[in-house]
Order: sequence, then structure tokens, then C-alpha cells
Amino acid sequence: MTDATQALIEQITSARAEQRQLRIVGGNSKAFIGRATTEGEPLEVGRHSGIVSYQPVELVLTARAGTPLAEIEAALAEQGQMLAFEPPHFGGGATIGGTLACNQSGPARPWSGSVRDMVLGLRLINGRGEHLRFGGQVIKNVAGYDVSRLQAGALGTLGVITEVSLKVMPTPAVTLTLVQEMPADQAIAQMNRYSGLPKPLNGAFWHDGKLYLRLAGAESAVNGTAQQWGGERLNDADTLWQQLNNHQLDFFNADRPLWRFSVNSTAPHWQSEQNWLLDWGGSQRWLSGEGDPAVLAEQANAAGGQVSLFRGGDRQGEVSPALAPPLQKLHQRLKDAMDPDGIFNKGRLYGWM
Amino acid sequence: MTTATADSSNADIKSVLAAEFARFLPPDSIIADEETQKPYECDGLSMYCEMPLLVVLPETVAQVQQVLRLCHQRGVPVVARGAGTGLCAGAMPHSDGVLLSLAKFNRILDIDPLARTARLQPGVRNLAISEAAWPHGLYYGPDPSSQIACSIGGNVAENSGGVHCLKYGLTVHNLLQVEMITVEGERLVIGSAGLDSGGPDLLALITGSEGLLGVITEVTVKLLPMPEKAQVVMAAFDSVQTAGEAVSAVISRGIIPAGLEMMDEHAIVAAEAFVHAGYPTDAEALLLCEVDGTREEVEEHIQQVAGLFESMGASIRVSRDDAERALLWKGRKSAFPAVGRISPDYYCMDGTIPRGKLAHVLMAMQDMSAHYGLRVANVFHAGDGNLHPLILFDANMPGEFERAEAFGGKILELCVAVGGCITGEHGVGVEKIRQMAIQFGDAEIAQFHAIKAAFDPVGTLNPGKGIPVLKNCQEYRALKPDGMQPLSHVHGSTL
Ligand SMILES: Cc1cc2nc3c(=O)[nH]c(=O)nc-3n(C[C@H](O)[C@H](O)[C@H](O)COP(=O)(O)OP(=O)(O)OC[C@H]3O[C@@H](n4cnc5c(N)ncnc54)[C@H](O)[C@@H]3O)c2cc1C
Repeated sequence: MTDATQALIEQITSARAEQRQLRIVGGNSKAFIGRATTEGEPLEVGRHSGIVSYQPVELVLTARAGTPLAEIEAALAEQGQMLAFEPPHFGGGATIGGTLACNQSGPARPWSGSVRDMVLGLRLINGRGEHLRFGGQVIKNVAGYDVSRLQAGALGTLGVITEVSLKVMPTPAVTLTLVQEMPADQAIAQMNRYSGLPKPLNGAFWHDGKLYLRLAGAESAVNGTAQQWGGERLNDADTLWQQLNNHQLDFFNADRPLWRFSVNSTAPHWQSEQNWLLDWGGSQRWLSGEGDPAVLAEQANAAGGQVSLFRGGDRQGEVSPALAPPLQKLHQRLKDAMDPDGIFNKGRLYGWM
Repeated sequence: MTTATADSSNADIKSVLAAEFARFLPPDSIIADEETQKPYECDGLSMYCEMPLLVVLPETVAQVQQVLRLCHQRGVPVVARGAGTGLCAGAMPHSDGVLLSLAKFNRILDIDPLARTARLQPGVRNLAISEAAWPHGLYYGPDPSSQIACSIGGNVAENSGGVHCLKYGLTVHNLLQVEMITVEGERLVIGSAGLDSGGPDLLALITGSEGLLGVITEVTVKLLPMPEKAQVVMAAFDSVQTAGEAVSAVISRGIIPAGLEMMDEHAIVAAEAFVHAGYPTDAEALLLCEVDGTREEVEEHIQQVAGLFESMGASIRVSRDDAERALLWKGRKSAFPAVGRISPDYYCMDGTIPRGKLAHVLMAMQDMSAHYGLRVANVFHAGDGNLHPLILFDANMPGEFERAEAFGGKILELCVAVGGCITGEHGVGVEKIRQMAIQFGDAEIAQFHAIKAAFDPVGTLNPGKGIPVLKNCQEYRALKPDGMQPLSHVHGSTL
């Protein structure tokens, strides 16, 4: 529980004055995300930590960016609440600031929203060393541009997040997981059909010939739906969903590149001879193995979305989806608007930025 | 304000522009005469109005691009307009600019029932999306009270909400992709059919940007399954304080209602007189709490909520069927026009507060009401802390509108002071530009300007709206001392 704002501002201001690069580090649990860069001295946000305020009846929690997710989740659990976006911890130490910067959400994402969806406001130090406050601690707020949610996925390239206010939600009374055996294309159809029904679906992934469906909500609703849908009920399912979320399943362990496809949930299954795991009801698809980035990008495009090289592989090249020229120009201008001297996380998101 | 020479140069540029537009726009897409332009002079906040040089109604994206390119070359301001239901003068024209109406972009391009998405032109009405989705058992979540009229493009530009926000989110939570034309006429596609595209979340930045960053020409939204069942509990309380506590008590039970609305005694009386929903007119505060989900879930939760309200001393009524549910909601949904009947004019505010501060804020508002000598009725999105005080006034009484405006400004200051904000869903536009400085410091406002410049370096998209000009900037000299853009004329009327 320390407030390191002043130290962070000083390090940023002097880095700017001396034209030095800074590499923003939270819990270092997601160092593998983005491009491999060695440039810059570390700016340790992990020491800026602690829950600033938490009002369960307002469904709002505010924490310093370096606060470990584990600490936040423990405080929420005491009140029967949770982070509905189920952020991954990736081996432990993950912080709320890093989670937002990397826009990381877990299996419930299509139904309960993402970390970006739950952000109400934040504080951030821009490249000029100014400590700014955007959004607020209330659920609705449309004054000014939404600089808070803009940070989701920016990988720290637009500023150093120092504090985040989030909407939190009640923990569902009951959860239950059903398993059904079926091939991928049938699972895609099933996940989409079920997602279109007013049932308490809250997780749906397919791997290795099995479709896993998680129901969460009021007891009566969960049991009623489980009876209608059928399938085998899985014991100790929480562990499975956690392993999925934190990439601890065998599928993720292989020493091979891991590609993340974010596509139309109904896109037909392709390259079925390859090693796939389909999550988020079909809209987030993981491919484990070597691939030609250009060919994969083509496939992602045909499926209505994008592909990124999530882990492993060649991290000197681009790992994020390429941008059309007018969009690339806009990204560069936005970068200049927030970090005019380009001191934050150079090359982490895109080689050209 | 305008001088004779400015007038004549305006007339020149007007005819030059009209001639250039005529080369690629059909004749009926260019409106140059004052009489036909009249309906475009304001949005839903008709106290603020202005006539543009020209109104254009392009029919294709290519035409929108050409309009923007041309205006960009000539440095002419462009104001985008959807259905004009906005409540912050965001779509008020610029006297030296072009008003770009998206009214002709009214086609639903595609509904994909399996993927649960709808691809829309920006002028499609909010309610029309749900109407098209219903046959597939789906609907579009955000439901502003203006949903019969407002456009999806306007919804994106304002990040509009509705009575179902607490559970189903605002516009920003229900978008997948937006096609936008930049001030330079370039076409951008932001987002995709997938969730969480890589890189900074530009989709969120565009949402709620009030037409200052680009013109939206296509929107893909998510659709939700229609709940199996929805039921509403109406609860009448004899104190606002208890009603406020009841809201917190529901949330503490771990129930997220689909809608949770509160009305104060003035709003109750006005609404009851207007629609005869059976509201108890002797109550101090009325709560409408809707629960939706599977049949079993709704039965379970409705019982809990009704029991809870009763234990707190409320008299309750639970809807037995959809007709009764619709009737109970009708009073709330027509609260604005209902209040319009008990006063010649009203001024709708839109602050947000932490729910726990409700009783305090309502009490303070009563004091202000006495101070300004103006009545105030309150409807409140209680679930998400969004307050809509309706200040009653008579525009024909000299000084009343100014008093109403001052009163409104004080309410917004109070909202910020208790930890809330100056606008929950109606946007800043022209109306709340002065209050921006209460919520944000100079450094934040300068950052907003830098972001604006990244999209619109010359500043010709919806100028004078959303973000106030900083005191130390050059342009400040052209402004009134209080930092507000000069308005050519201000008049009052019923909203
Ligand atoms: C009776 C009444 C009830 C209301 N209830 C609610 C409510 O419950 N919740 C709520 O959130 N709002 C409410 N509103 C406000 C209003 O309806 C919303 O702000 C709505 O989204 C505006 O849509 P519009 O199409 O009318 O936009 P307009 O008023 O035409 O424009 C609004 C803003 O968006 C910009 N804009 C419009 N179209 C585009 C485009 N294609 N590209 C770029 N910029 C664009 C304009 O420049 C302007 O700044 C209410 C209004 C009324 C009159």
C-alpha cells in the first residue's frame, strides 16, 4: 500500500528532459505480450499499489495501477463481488494497470464484458509528466473523450496508468459446467445458437473434440438450463476454467508460437488439421504452431477479424495486426498527442511507434 | 456579432460551396434557403439555435467523403446531424459552416441472427434496430427514452444510455465496428467482427466524441437475446432517503436489475396525470425495479425484491403481465412530456452521482429551488446514479431561462462535488461547455485538445462544442468572459 506517484512523475520528467526511453513494468506477468524490446530503463509501477476506495453498494472499486489482481479479488470476494471480466493472472503477480494496458479478459468476456467495458475512469501520467484524471467513479460519464478506455490495448504506449476505477459485479450464486463431445464445426454452431438464447451462459470453449459450457447465475436458472441442454456435468470445473484463462492447459504449454484470432464467432472452422482451441463462444480462437503471418492474416480477415502473435515466435517483427495507412497515421498522431517525445514503451506495440 | 463585410463574404462562400456541391449531390440534397433550413437550426435543446450556411443530405459514403474533402480544403466547419434529438446543442449548426445530415442513411444493411449482430447505416432509428431483430428473438440493448426518433449514429456520437444500462451497458458496450470518415475525407474502419481488436481502443474514443473526431457512416452493433421473462415491481416510499436505501439494498443482495428507476413526488404527480399508470400520487418517491432473465430466475428475484421493499415500508405492486409492465413503464418513459404539461418550459439536466449521495443531493436541490424560485422535478436512473432534474420555467418571463440555466449549473457543480460528473448520457455540446472546467483541470482539457488535433488538425469538425477553449489560448479573446462561445441568439421553448 504505497503511493509512488511523485517518484513516477520525477522519473518520467527527467527521462523526458534527458531524452531517455522508459519501459513500463507492472507485475511483469505479461512481459511476453507485444514486441520484444530491450530499450529503456524500467519504470516500476508495481510499487504504486493499494486499493484506494471500494464501495460495494456502488459497485465501484478504485485501485492504484500496481495493485495485484489477487489483492483486489480477495477484497471483492469478502463482499460477494468479483471482477466480472475474469482477468488472467498468467503465472501470478498480474496488476490491474497491466491488465488494462494489455486489455486482458477471461472466459466470461463475451457475456460479462471486458476489462475495458468495466473501466469507469483512471489517472494517468502522460509523456509531458502531467498527472491527469479522466472519467470518474460513477457508472455513466460522457464528459470529454474516453481517454480511459483508449488505454485498453495501448500497451502503455500512450501514458502510464496510475489508478483505475472499475465497475464490479456480484458473484453468481451458482456455476455449473457441461461437457458435450463434438467436432469443432458443430461446436461453433452450437456455441452461437446457445449464445442467442436467453440462458445464463457465461463461458463456452472447445478443444480436442469437447465442448465445455459454463452456466452462471441464480440457482434455479442454472439448473433449469442444464437440464434442458444436457451433457455431462463436470466436477471441479473452476480449476479447468482457471487453467484455460491462465494458459496452463497442455494446449498452451507447447514450446510453439501461439496465435490469437479475434474473429466473427460464426466463422467456419479452418485448417482443421492444426492444433486449435476455440474460446469466447467462437470469437477468440487460439492456434498453436508455426504459421506464415501473411497467410494467417489473410485467414483472419476472411473470418471478419484479426490475428496477433500472442506468445513466442518471431517477436522482433510485428506481432499486432497491421493497420491500414490512414489508421496507422492516426495512431502515430495520437501517440504524439499523448507522448510527444516518444518516451514510453518504444516499439512494444508496433515497430514503427 | 456579424458585420456587413462578414455577411457578404459568407454569401460568397455559400454560393461557391453550393455550386461545388451541386456537381456531385442531387439538387434536393442541398438546402440553401432559410425556410427549408429552419428545422435544422437546433437539436432537442431548442434554446440554442443557429442557421448554417448550407444544409446537405448526402446519400452515399462517397458523397460524404467529397463533402468533407471540399470543406476541409476551404476551411469550412462541418456539423454532423443524426435525428436532432440531442439535448446538449451538439448538433446545433455553425453559422459559417455546413450542416451534414445523415438522414438519408436509413437502411439496415444486415442482420445476422446467428452471430447476433446488426450492420446499420448511421441514420437508422434506435428502435428500428430492435424491431428488425425481434423476429429472431433478439434486440438491441441501449434504449434511450428518445428511441423512436434518435439515430444510431447519434447514439454512438453521444454514447447514449437508457433505462437498461446498469445490466446491459451503454452504447460503447454494445458496438463491434464503426466506419468513420475523417475531416480530410479518409475512410477508417475501427473495430472488427471479433471482440477486443489489438492496439489502443479507438472504438471507445470515437464513442461519445460528439461529432468532433469524424463522421460516422456505418455502425455494427451487438444484439442480445430477448429475455424469457421480465417483470417489474413498483414501490412507493414515504421518504426519498428510504427509497435511496432500498436501491442500495437490492444491489447488496447481489441482484442486478434490468432497470431501476426513481421518480420524486413532482414527477410522480405529473406522470400520473399524463398517462394514468396508477402511480400513488401521495408517495414521496417511487421506484420501478425490473428484473429479467429465465422464468425461474425472474420468479426467484422478483420475490426477493418485493419482499425487501415491503420490509422497508414501501407499498408495492408487481406487474402480472406484459401489458401491466408496459403501463408501469409508460409513466416513467413519458416523464419528460408529462412535466412539459405542468410547466410552459422545462430544462433537463443530466448529472451523475454516487447512489449513496442521492438523498443529500435531492435535499440540496430543494434549497436551490427555493433560492432560484423555480420548481424542480426529478427522474433518476437510480441503478446507475444518473440524475435528470427537470427545472420548470417560463421562457416568456424575462430572466427565467437565465435563472434556470444558473440553477442547472449549480446542480452540476454539486454533482462533481459529491464525486459524480456533469453529464451521464446527454453529452457536453454547447450547453455544458462551461461546466467542463469544474470536472477537468487545464492539463486534462489541453490533452483533449491534443487528441482532437490528432483527428482534426485545423479544428473544423463541430467547432465550439464539447471541449472548452483554454483561457491562455489565442481564441479566448473572441469569447465571452465566462469562457462560453458567443451565441447569435437564444430563445426558449418547450423541449
Ligand atoms: C425526450 C428525449 C428523451 C431522451 N432520452 C435519452 C435517454 O434516455 N438516454 C440518452 O442517452 N439520451 C436521451 N436523449 C438524448 C438524445 O436522444 C441522444 O443523445 C441521441 O443519441 C441523439 O441522437 P440523434 O440521432 O438525435 O443525434 P443528434 O441530436 O442529431 O446529434 C447528436 C450529436 O451527435 C453528432 N452526430 C450525429 N450523427 C452523427 C454521425 N453520423 N457522425 C458523427 N457525429 C454525429 C452530432 O454532431 C451531435 O453532436 C433524449 C432526448 C429527448 C429529446
